[in-house]
Amino acid sequence: MAKSPIERFSTVFLVAGLSFFLFSFVSSGLVPWLMMNKIPTQSLDDLAKHIPKSFYKLAADYPQEFKLYYGEPNAASFKEAISLGRDNYIAEACWHCHSQQIRPISNEPQRWGKVSTADEYQNVLQMPQMMGTRRVGPDLFRESERRSNDWQMAHLFKPTNVVPSSVMPEFPWFFSADKHPNKRGLAVVAYLQWLGSWAKDSTDEMIQSIPKDNRASIQ
Amino acid sequence: MSIVNVGALPKTSEGSSLVDKWMVKAHFIAGISFFFLALLAGLVFSTQFLRNYLFPGIEVLSPGRIRMIHTNMAAYGFLANLFFGGLYWAVPRLTGERVWKRSVSIFLFWAWQTILVATFVGQMFGYAQGVEWAETPIFIDPVVVIGVLLMTVNFYVPILRTKEKPLYVSLWYFTAAFVWTGLVYIMGNYLPQFFAPGVAGAAIGGLFIHDLVGLFVTPLGWGMMYYFVPLILKKPIYSHALSLVGFWGLAFFYPLQGVHHFLWSPIPMFVQYGAVTSTIAVEIVVTTVIVNFFMTLKGNGSILKTNIPMRWFYTGMILYFTTCLQCAFQVTLTLQQIIHFTDWVVAHAHLVMLGVFGFWLLGVVTHLWPKVTGREWFSLRLNAWHYWLTAIGTVIMFGDLTIAGLVQGFSWRSLQIWEQSLTASMPFWMVRTFAGTMIVLGQMLWVYNLYRTAKNPKRLGSEVPMLNLEHELAPASMTNPTIAL
Repeated sequence: MAKSPIERFSTVFLVAGLSFFLFSFVSSGLVPWLMMNKIPTQSLDDLAKHIPKSFYKLAADYPQEFKLYYGEPNAASFKEAISLGRDNYIAEACWHCHSQQIRPISNEPQRWGKVSTADEYQNVLQMPQMMGTRRVGPDLFRESERRSNDWQMAHLFKPTNVVPSSVMPEFPWFFSADKHPNKRGLAVVAYLQWLGSWAKDSTDEMIQSIPKDNRASIQ
Repeated sequence: MSIVNVGALPKTSEGSSLVDKWMVKAHFIAGISFFFLALLAGLVFSTQFLRNYLFPGIEVLSPGRIRMIHTNMAAYGFLANLFFGGLYWAVPRLTGERVWKRSVSIFLFWAWQTILVATFVGQMFGYAQGVEWAETPIFIDPVVVIGVLLMTVNFYVPILRTKEKPLYVSLWYFTAAFVWTGLVYIMGNYLPQFFAPGVAGAAIGGLFIHDLVGLFVTPLGWGMMYYFVPLILKKPIYSHALSLVGFWGLAFFYPLQGVHHFLWSPIPMFVQYGAVTSTIAVEIVVTTVIVNFFMTLKGNGSILKTNIPMRWFYTGMILYFTTCLQCAFQVTLTLQQIIHFTDWVVAHAHLVMLGVFGFWLLGVVTHLWPKVTGREWFSLRLNAWHYWLTAIGTVIMFGDLTIAGLVQGFSWRSLQIWEQSLTASMPFWMVRTFAGTMIVLGQMLWVYNLYRTAKNPKRLGSEVPMLNLEHELAPASMTNPTIAL
């Protein structure tokens, strides 16, 4: 048989194995990465410059527990709470059933508000990113202050108590024996109430633009 | 191209010393054990959707954590272990050379099982990493990388030493798969976690999800098919040219598609268009591979009635064509509006991971089990039951979840209240649990059969030299159509 350079180990290894892979990484990974790099990545300190009202409400709603686990509602406790909340969001795989991405199609802006943009993901709590690929429950990218802290707590404790047809699991370990939120419970609600708080104004505008009759059912 | 290189294997090497049967058997047993774990995790998770979770209120058995065990054990426990078993059989026989070192093989076997146990225990205790298909806890990732590197060396040594040149098709796929697996694993587990935030992380995470299937599972799977199918049919692959087109087309187009997992996202649109285009392109490549294999089968189609491994292989190929054809359509920005985020995608994933590559590996194990144990099958009827229960269960699950996806997508778009999409999905989720039960039942029968076969006093006959192609065929009784359903 004639020499067949294409069927050699070295050709397969170098061309198909290394080169094609690197080409794909550069074209569909590195290029968008370098483009996004123009947007500064926000650290936890940067994020703590905009503490949402819900966080102070959380401290007021659960004064004893908040004081016990986080002390005063300030930048330090905010940073601690939302990053612990994000960690639990990952540990419980919340992101496998809740997306954090509002697409400009399929009436998603009508249901949830402003379409998500690249800058909103450019922060340390999106490392790894939490866009998600499945929605069993609703999108959470504009969850901030959509529901009260109490609603969130009751829902986490036993979702069907609040939404009878829910298929969401219960999370009793976010609560102490006397059914008061523990450190993790407060953290998860702080995180959920933070999601989208940075774009609150534009979301409100968007909701205002929806006819009143539709609004309640959509939310 | 003459019949597979096997026909020209060095006459000096004896089958028994060339292939380390213990390694093959050990990886098969481990793979099937983790397959069971993955299946049970999936089944248990599905009961959450029926609002009757089997273990409510138990932190380490929380549904979210169990879901990660389902997917991770399916990929790294079930598929990877069975692939390793198949490689320990195929690579030495294709090259006429032993793998690098037996000590390395044995170390890797135990290291891999330790990694798997650490992974699911880590996930149960809340140490999962937040990257899809890469939920392996961060502190285990370096061990996996070292393991993959060692495995690569272990199999590259015989491929580099072989005097059989040019390399046979299977070995192109295996060679490429090992470079890709290491690179893909490092990329997916490290970049989005530590370096690439947000949208860039999504682009890379998309590449990872896709490459795990496309560059680790797919090339190993096709490598197995190019090895076992011509051997069982006792004839060469139909067209060597088509084999070349298939391999190089896959190698070029497959890695370019990852971003299609995040269409309509803030990832730059031209990158999304590129991913869509190459996804449609790969479908053309896939067609050439399918044509190649069905032309190879031409004239011998009746073997599918009697030979269960071949039935697994060709069922998998039909489903492969189905899933790839489906992919060429579902990847369009139009269909994505409805189906993204729905159970349609879940259906697709099950068809790929179980319906295609799972089926192929179940065929490989069914083909090799009598050879590695040296025993006759305990029951061919049970093998047939295994096939039908699993195949029908998988197809039901696929069809059911695909329709569920459409129902959910249209429900969301029509701005019904959210819970309406749950109520509408409920019947589909019930059928899903039923289909899953069928699949689990099929595996239970099979495992019983494998166990009884290993204990079967009836030996497979004396050890036949590996060059005898008869030996590669299923035991004679297996070609009896009345027994094999």
